Amino acid sequence: MTNSSSPKKNEQDQPETSGPVLKSLKTKLSKPEDAEKKILSKKFKDVEISVPIVYGNIAFWLGKKANEYQSHKWTVYVRGATNEDTRRVIKKVVFQLHSSFNNPTRVVESPPFELSEQGWGEFEIAITLHFHSDVCEKPLSLYHQLKLYPEDESTSLSIKKPVVVESYDEIVFPEPSESFLARVQNHPAVNVPRLPVGLTFPTPVEDPSERKRGDTKDHPLSQWFTNFSEADELLQLAAARQQVQTHIAKLRRQITVIEGQQQQLKPSSDQ
Amino acid sequence: MDAKDILGLPKTPLSVPPEKKSQPKKDSQRKPDGISREVYALTGGLAPLMPSIDSSYLKKRPPSDEKITWQWLPFTNSARKDTLQLYHWVRVVNGVPPTGDYSFAKYNKSIEVTKYTDEEYAQHLTDPSWTKQETDQLFDLCEQFDLRFVIIADRFPSSRTMEELKDRYYSVCRSILLARASSPADVSGHPLVKENYNASQEKERKRALSMVLSQTKQQEKKDAEVLAEAKKIAESRMAAKGVEESVMPATENEFPETTIDHNTLVSLSNVRLAPVAAPPSTLVIADTSSTLASLRMLPVYLRTYALEQMVQQASSSAGLRTIKRVEQTLQDLGINLKPRVPTKAVCAEHLELRKEILTLLNLQKQLQYKEAEGSSLREGTTYSEMPGTPKRQVRDHDRTFIPDAMSFGGERGGRKDPKRKGPGRVSETPSSPANKRPRKMKASDL
Repeated sequence: MTNSSSPKKNEQDQPETSGPVLKSLKTKLSKPEDAEKKILSKKFKDVEISVPIVYGNIAFWLGKKANEYQSHKWTVYVRGATNEDTRRVIKKVVFQLHSSFNNPTRVVESPPFELSEQGWGEFEIAITLHFHSDVCEKPLSLYHQLKLYPEDESTSLSIKKPVVVESYDEIVFPEPSESFLARVQNHPAVNVPRLPVGLTFPTPVEDPSERKRGDTKDHPLSQWFTNFSEADELLQLAAARQQVQTHIAKLRRQITVIEGQQQQLKPSSDQ
Repeated sequence: MDAKDILGLPKTPLSVPPEKKSQPKKDSQRKPDGISREVYALTGGLAPLMPSIDSSYLKKRPPSDEKITWQWLPFTNSARKDTLQLYHWVRVVNGVPPTGDYSFAKYNKSIEVTKYTDEEYAQHLTDPSWTKQETDQLFDLCEQFDLRFVIIADRFPSSRTMEELKDRYYSVCRSILLARASSPADVSGHPLVKENYNASQEKERKRALSMVLSQTKQQEKKDAEVLAEAKKIAESRMAAKGVEESVMPATENEFPETTIDHNTLVSLSNVRLAPVAAPPSTLVIADTSSTLASLRMLPVYLRTYALEQMVQQASSSAGLRTIKRVEQTLQDLGINLKPRVPTKAVCAEHLELRKEILTLLNLQKQLQYKEAEGSSLREGTTYSEMPGTPKRQVRDHDRTFIPDAMSFGGERGGRKDPKRKGPGRVSETPSSPANKRPRKMKASDL
C-alpha cells in the first residue's frame, strides 16, 4: 500500500551506513542557514508520529459551600496518556468556555495544560491544541462535554468523590519534519516507529524551559486519572473477530452446499 | 413542573434538583433580571432581540409636579401643499401645548429626479431612438411615480420595454451628471458613473431568473442529479491525484458500478468472480488507499477521526440498514461502536472487524437468496412465499444479487411484492449515486 519507501530527499544519495544526515547536507550546501532551513522543512513520508493523549474533566461538588451559581469546582485538561510531558509537541492549549464566563477564551501556555473553574452548568468546551511551528502549522480541535453530575441520577452527590470523564485519543502526524523527529525520537510521550535504516539524529539539546517539570505523574488529581490500556480492547476485538470468522466459514459452506444442490436441479427445471 | 403544581400532584423527588440545573443550562447560563422566570421560559429561554419596554419604565409614575390634560386641538401638516387644518387629541403639559411640526411630516420623502433644460437636452441628451417629447414624458412619469418603473412602463404612452425606459433614464442622468460636474473626478464616485445601467445584461438576467422560477420539479431533479455527478467526478479526480497506481482485479460486467465515484478501476472483464461477496471487498481495498492518501495529506489529525473516515469508506457500499445491522452486531458481540482506547492497533482491529461483519451480513443475504431460489425451483411454481423482511432490507443496494438470481429459472419468481425492483431496473445507475449521498452522510454518525 505504500509507495517507494525512501523519504523525500535531496538529489544527493545517502550513504548506506550511518553518517548523520545533517553532516552530508552541510557539505553539499554552501550556506549554513540554507542547510538549517532545509533541515527544518524536510519531511518524512513513512514515519508516522503519534502522540497519545487523554482529555477530559474532573468535577467536585462543593457541598455546603455550593450556591446557585457555583455548585461545582471543575478542572478541564489535556495530558499525555501515560502522564508524560507533552510540551515538546504542544506549544499551547486554548480552552473555549461557555460565553457566560468572563474571558471565555482561556489560553494555557505551559504544562500542565489544564484549566480550573467554578460553575453550575454543563456545556461543550472546545479545546484547541496549538503545536510548535516545526510540528504543525495548523491547530487541532477537540470537543469535550463538561460533566458535573454523575450519570446515575440516583447517586447522591459527594464532596470527596468527583465526577471524572476522560477520553483517549492519539494525535497523528503523518509527515513529521526532521527537527520535530529529532526532538522527540526518544521521548516517552511520543510514539515514533522504527526509523528507516541509516536515519539517525543527534540527541537534542536540553531545553531550558523544561527545567520545570511538565509531566502529570504527580499531579494532585492523578489519583482520579483513568488508566487506558489497549490490551483489553484488543482481546475483545480478537475474540469478536474469531466469532465472526467462524460464522462466515459456516455460511460459506452452506452456500456451497445449496449451490451444489441447485446445479443438480437446474437441468430438470422447465421454463 | 408548574402544571403539576396547579394540579397538586407531587413532583418527582429525584429529578428536580439536577433537572432544574441541567435543563436551563442548555439554554442559558443565567436567569435574566427584570423578567420573571415564567415569561422567560415562554420565549424559549432566549432573550428577546430588542427590549420591548424597559420594566423600570413601567413602574415609573409621571412626575407629580406636572399637570397633564388632553385637549382636542387643530394642527397643520408641513408635508401638505394646501393649508388643510385637521384636529386631534394633544397631550398638554401644564397648559402648554407641544410645539414642533406634525410628527409624521418627516416621513414624506420623495425621490429627486434630475431635471434638464432645453439647452442641456440639445447639447448632451439627443438620441436617435428617443424624441424630446418622449424623454420629457418619461421624466414626468418618473417624477410622478417615484421611479417605480413597473408603473411607468405600464403608463408610458408608446410601448417601450422597461429596460429601454430604464436605459434612457439612467443614461440621461449620467450624461447630465457628467456635463454638470466641474471635473470628472468629482462624480467618479457616483454609482451611475461607476457602473452604468446595462440594458442587455438586465434582459438576460431577468430571462434567466424567470427560467429558474418556472422550472418544473422534474427539471429541478435533473439539474440536481447532474450537479451531483459533476461534484463526484471532480472529487474522484482529486482522489485519483493522491493515489498510487493500483491495478485491481476484475469486476463482473453485469456488476453495477455502484462506486464509480472512487478510484478508476482497471477492469479485466475476462476474470469472472464466483463468490459474489468478493467484489465488494476488492472495491473496498481500492478505496482504502484513497482514504489513506487523503489522510496523509493532512498535517495532523486525530486517530478517532481517521477511524471514522475509514469506517465511512468501508461502509460506503452498504445501505443505511446494513450499516445499522453492522452496529447491532457489534453491540451484540459486546464491542463499543467507538473504541474506548483508540490506538493504532485497536483501530486497525476494529476496522477489520467491521469489514468482516459486512462480509458476514452479505453472506447471510446470499444464503437467504439461494434458499429462496432453491425452494422456488423445487416447487416449480411461478412464485413462492418469500420472506418479506429480508427483501426489504436488500432493496437498498444489493442489485448484485438480482442478476444472479434472475439467471436461474422463473424470472417472474416471487417478485410480486410491489416494493421489489424488477429485472428491468437493475441497471438504474443514475439514481444510485444520487441515493448514495444522503446515506453516506448518515453513515458518519456512528
